[in-house]
Parts: sequence; C-alpha cells; structure tokens
Amino acid sequence: MHTLPAVEGFMYPNEMELQWSVLIVLYPFLTGLVAGAFILASLQRVFKVQAVAPTYRLSLLTALAFLLVAPLPLQLHLGHPERSFEMFLTPHRSSAMAMFGFVYLWYLLAVLVIEIWLEYRPYLVGRARATTGATRLFYRALTLGSENLSPRSLEIDDRVGRFVTVIGIPSAFLLHGYVGFIFGSVKANPWWSTPLMPIVFLFSAIVSGIAAVLLIYLFYTWAKRIPLDMPCLDTMAKYLYYAFLVDFALELLDLVHRVYEADESFHTLDFMVKTRLYGSQLVGQIFLGTLVPLGMLALTQLVALSERARKGLYAGAAALTLVGIFLMRWNVVIGGQLFSKSFLGYTTYKMEFATREGLLPAILVMLLPLAVLWALVRLLPPMAATPPETEAR
Amino acid sequence: MRELLRDAEHLIRLGLLFAAGLLVFLVVRAQLVPAGFGELGHFRAGAIGANQEREPRFAGRAACAECHGEPAESLAAGGHAAISCESCHGALAAHAAEPAEIPGFAATARALCVQCHAMNRARPAGHPQVEPVSHAEGAACTDCHDAHAPGL
Repeated sequence: MHTLPAVEGFMYPNEMELQWSVLIVLYPFLTGLVAGAFILASLQRVFKVQAVAPTYRLSLLTALAFLLVAPLPLQLHLGHPERSFEMFLTPHRSSAMAMFGFVYLWYLLAVLVIEIWLEYRPYLVGRARATTGATRLFYRALTLGSENLSPRSLEIDDRVGRFVTVIGIPSAFLLHGYVGFIFGSVKANPWWSTPLMPIVFLFSAIVSGIAAVLLIYLFYTWAKRIPLDMPCLDTMAKYLYYAFLVDFALELLDLVHRVYEADESFHTLDFMVKTRLYGSQLVGQIFLGTLVPLGMLALTQLVALSERARKGLYAGAAALTLVGIFLMRWNVVIGGQLFSKSFLGYTTYKMEFATREGLLPAILVMLLPLAVLWALVRLLPPMAATPPETEAR
Repeated sequence: MRELLRDAEHLIRLGLLFAAGLLVFLVVRAQLVPAGFGELGHFRAGAIGANQEREPRFAGRAACAECHGEPAESLAAGGHAAISCESCHGALAAHAAEPAEIPGFAATARALCVQCHAMNRARPAGHPQVEPVSHAEGAACTDCHDAHAPGL
C-alpha cells in the first residue's frame, strides 16, 4: 500500500515529479537531426561522396529548419517568455548548460547560414535578375546587393564554402556532443553519467539526420514529381546502415560495460529497464527502432532487390530509425528521472496534454521545423537549375 | 589585389553585415541585461535584496510557543522534537501576526501522518509504520495518538 499511487518504494520529495518533460526529450532529438543532416551534407562537400550530391542543399535546409526551432522546446520549458531569451544574451563558461548561447549561435551563424548563403548565391543573383517588384527586392536583399558571379568570385565562394564546411564538421560534433555532455556530465545520475554519452549522442544524431533527410528526399521528389536519383538513395541508405551499426555497437558497449561493472546503481537501473522502460527501451528503442531497421537495411545490402522494394525498405527503415532515436532520447531524459537517487524507489512520468509542457505543444514543436522547411524550400528550391552564367562552375 | 577585392566584394558585404549584426546584438544586450547582473556572480545582484524584501510565510517555532506554550513544550520533549510546528500546521506567519483575525490550522488529517508513517519497506526498520487503509479504519490518528508527544 502506498499513499502516492505513482510512486513505488522510497523517493526523495524533489524526485517524485519529473522536472524535465517531453520537451526536453525533443531538444536533443531536434539538435540531433540538425547535426546529422549537416554531416550528410558535408559528405558531398568535404569527403567528395558525389552520389549524395542531389541531397546536398536539401540537407542544409533541413539542418537550418530544425536548428531554428531547436531552442523553442527549451524556452517553452523555461516558461517566462519575458526573460527566457536571456539564455542567448548571457551565455557563460561557468556551466555546460549556460554555454548554450555560444554553441547555438556559433553553429547557426558561423556555419549554417554562411554555407547556405554561399551555396545559393548564384541562384539568388539569378532570381534577383529575372524577377520584378517585391520578389526582386527580396532576392536582391538576400544577395546583399552584390551580383558578381564572375568565375573568380565563384571560385572564392567555393573555397570559403569548403573552409566553412571543414569548420562545420567539428562544430556539428560540438553541437551534439555538447548536448550529450550535458547529460553525461551529471555525476549524481548513474543513468546519465558516462563519458560515452556525448559519443553515443553524436552517432545517434548522424543516424537520425541521415534517416530524416532520406525520408524528406523521398517525400520531396514524390510531391514535386521529380525523378528520384536511385544511386543517391542507395548511398544514403548505405551510410545510414554503417552509421547505425557504429551507433548500435557504441550503445551495446555502454550496456555491456554497465552490466559487467555492475556498480551500486546496477540493480536499480536493471529493474527500471525491465519494468518502467520495458516498452520504450527494450521493445521500442532496441527491437523496433534498432534491430528491425538494421535488419531491413542489411537485407538491402546483402540481397539484390528491385528498386521498388529497396525504396520501400529504405523508407520503412528510416521511419523506424527516427522512432528508435526519439525513444533513445526519451529513455535517457525520462528514464534518468524515474528512479530515486537513494536507489530504493521509482516514480512515474505523467505526460500532460494541452499544457505548456504537454503532448500538444510537443507535437506542434515537432511539426514546426517541417513547416519552416516547407517555406525554405519554396524560397530556395534545392533542385533549382544552376543559372546559365554559372555553368562553368 | 584590386581584382581580388572586387571578386570578394560580396564576402566583405557579408562581413560588414555580421559586424553590424554583432553591434546591434551588443547594444540590445546592454539594454536588456538587467542592472547589477554579474556583480556577485552569473545572476542579477538585486535579486538577493528583492528576495529579502518578501514577507516570510513561516513564523517559526518560537513565535508559536509565545501563545501555544503547552503543546510546544510537549513537542520539544517527545519523539517529534525535530519536526517544526508548521510542518503539520502549515505556514502560519499571517496567523502569528494577527492571531485574532486569521485562524490557525488544526492538523488532524490522516494524510499528514501517513506521509511519514505509511508502510514502506524503504523506511528504516525501527520507524513506526502502519497500513493506512486497515489501521484504525478511517478514524483520525489524533483520536488515539498525541501528535506532539507520539505514542499511544
């Protein structure tokens, strides 16, 4: 018999109610998609994987759309719209969480915006020349008033762009490694405190980013009736498979390490995984969200399948992967708050619906980046033909 | 050099735009960051004074003992000595300030006692615990127990 039905065993009073809600689950999920999409883009730009070139611009726009929305769950969680934006104004080195402003603004302004601008400059200039009225004014403002597309200027753009991407890769690693670090560095919480956390977050970010861009690319070509570049899709799926294998191996390494080390927290965490996290971790994350998509991707690598079958398997695997990575974030964030630091009790997460941190705002925050991406794709079409004067590029 | 400047003109414009953006950011930041921020640490120094100015909601044990001497003495002598009056009776600074106008709170609800005395195997073995549903079937705990000097 317990007086608090949601609590089992002994909880300290400040542990009964979860302070980090589903919105804090969304934050690493969104930033992971940003980092993953950017790293996919850099495959073509820096590592010269030409097969994924058709998704280069789409990946960059996806990264931007998700990055623009990424702080929103944090601000909704903080409440106080009159002062929550101060996290951008007063970043500080004193704690990992206070560094958010530096990490976020660096990645947004020094990497993504510059790279996208340089990539789209010929298109912006072309539009500014070809349109009239307000549209022209808009695109002319985006060109910053310079319509120089001389071969030399484009060569400079290319070099600067590559330099920005080279900085961008460690920045993308920093962005998501940082998110993992926030959890991994909480030494009072044995579910989080592991130096592997930033690396696991990073690889799962790459996995989720590739899966997201793969789905967006499939949807975009279908919606726009553009012929799908099958070698590109095959290459993305191959990278998704490889990245996922590394990610899964790292998570298994973490698991094996925990089981073998079996420190004083082990029985508590083991019990939690087998009871309260059974559905979301064992069934959702590991079976449906990891083993099944890995199996589907392995099938496409081992057996010669028709284009139609491959497309179906890729789409299914990518969708399940996203579910799995979301559940991984869920199990980290929510799981880390379900057990007592006394190791003697467990609480329950009760998700609200139409409240500031409920399910409804979480769904809206998840859909918002897709709306932003829709707008970005309309303004900066990723498959637009290169203007004739830049064909030499 | 001149040609290079011409061909990199758009980048110079971008650099200037960023510089302008940075300037705007710094100006906005100077305006929005509250006065006194950072003086004592990464927070607004005035927040300490603002918190000190708030009215306390708890009166404290000594204030209770001024009028309720007998229960206060019996509490201090018994097994609940470490528990403050207002742990069970609620925050009563307002009552202590105006005892005639604002009533106190008689703490007789079972829910209060079972917070510490409901059966829970995670509690220390010697701690008195009961099954709240079957124990004394719905009677007030204070019918049999004196909360100030616990025991039967």
